Amino acid sequence: MTAANATLSFADRLLGAGFDFFTGVPDSTFKALFGEIERRPDDFGYVPAVSENVAVGVATGAYLGGRRPVIVMQNTGLALAINPLASLALIYRIPVLLLIGWRGHDGTDSPEHRVIGTSTLPLLESLKLPYFVPDRGSLDADLARAVAVMASERIPCALVCRPGVVA
Amino acid sequence: MRRADAIATVLARVRDEIVVSANGWISREACAASDRDANFYMLGSMGLAAPIALGVALAQPQRRVVVLDGDGNLLMTLGTLAMVVEQRPAGFLHVVLDNERYGSTGGQRSLSATVALDELARAAGYAHVRRASGADDLDDAVEELLRADGPAFLLVKVAPEAGGDAPRVPHEPEAIAERVRAALGASAAAGTHDLVRARAVLDAQAAATTPVP
Repeated sequence: MTAANATLSFADRLLGAGFDFFTGVPDSTFKALFGEIERRPDDFGYVPAVSENVAVGVATGAYLGGRRPVIVMQNTGLALAINPLASLALIYRIPVLLLIGWRGHDGTDSPEHRVIGTSTLPLLESLKLPYFVPDRGSLDADLARAVAVMASERIPCALVCRPGVVA
Repeated sequence: MRRADAIATVLARVRDEIVVSANGWISREACAASDRDANFYMLGSMGLAAPIALGVALAQPQRRVVVLDGDGNLLMTLGTLAMVVEQRPAGFLHVVLDNERYGSTGGQRSLSATVALDELARAAGYAHVRRASGADDLDDAVEELLRADGPAFLLVKVAPEAGGDAPRVPHEPEAIAERVRAALGASAAAGTHDLVRARAVLDAQAAATTPVP
């Protein structure tokens, strides 16, 4: 029993928790998750979005229709998604899980990631959008915490994941 | 034809369809013409009416969805045309009220006087594309396209106006979402229940997981 649980992938944990509608724009931080999505498209119901902005709209519609949505993106895309998070998901109270890959988190990434890398958490804080920054050991517990926040607040919650955190 | 009259003509044909209306005057005029629980009035997030409607259509394929979009709105997220065609929701009617203006900000010109939005939809691969002019033609087109196997696109050229007469949407955004969820058989309480159950599953998994030695 414990062995099986210990080997549950992050993708399987999301599905097991009942998330059943995935959209977003690919990010290498979630390469393994996207591998599972492409291998088992029917399980994930993944809708490729043209931008993270549009992904917030699609996920909102899916939630209105009774689905349990997840948006996957890189933090560069968070910048594009700010307006619909502020003027749609937060004010209409849409509890969507945001999986955000955090490029530029330590200042050693390539130049295009420097500014957005250091701005990512302040952006979420200024939106009053709750988030967790898991490490490998806390990923599963932080996922459970994020879901708890979504259940109690009925607003989006983010897991901001540094490269390598999600196997 | 005035935009408000075109909106009223479309809504007069709607029965149990979910209607997603773009922010600004389009939502105000939709609410004034026919305020119903199954209307999702956008207040902000310009450009996302069609993406929201696509999400609804994919969540509930048996339910027809009507988008009341604007030219400036559609141009902002034009890639959505490709997403709609890729997902191919059969009950999807995308109505674009095209006044060739940013009507909610003073009537500045948009690009749709030059670029034919219906031709873009046709090129993207919508199953049906029509252009309607005049109330009778519009009524006929809506009647036909609501029965068609979509996705369908209906371009309605409307009079250029800066502003309008309709009052603001009187509902709070949270109430708008709850009304639409209820119309779709998915209450706010059910959404919370899903998440409470999800947390219980995750907690049980965490408790059952022993670190590998």
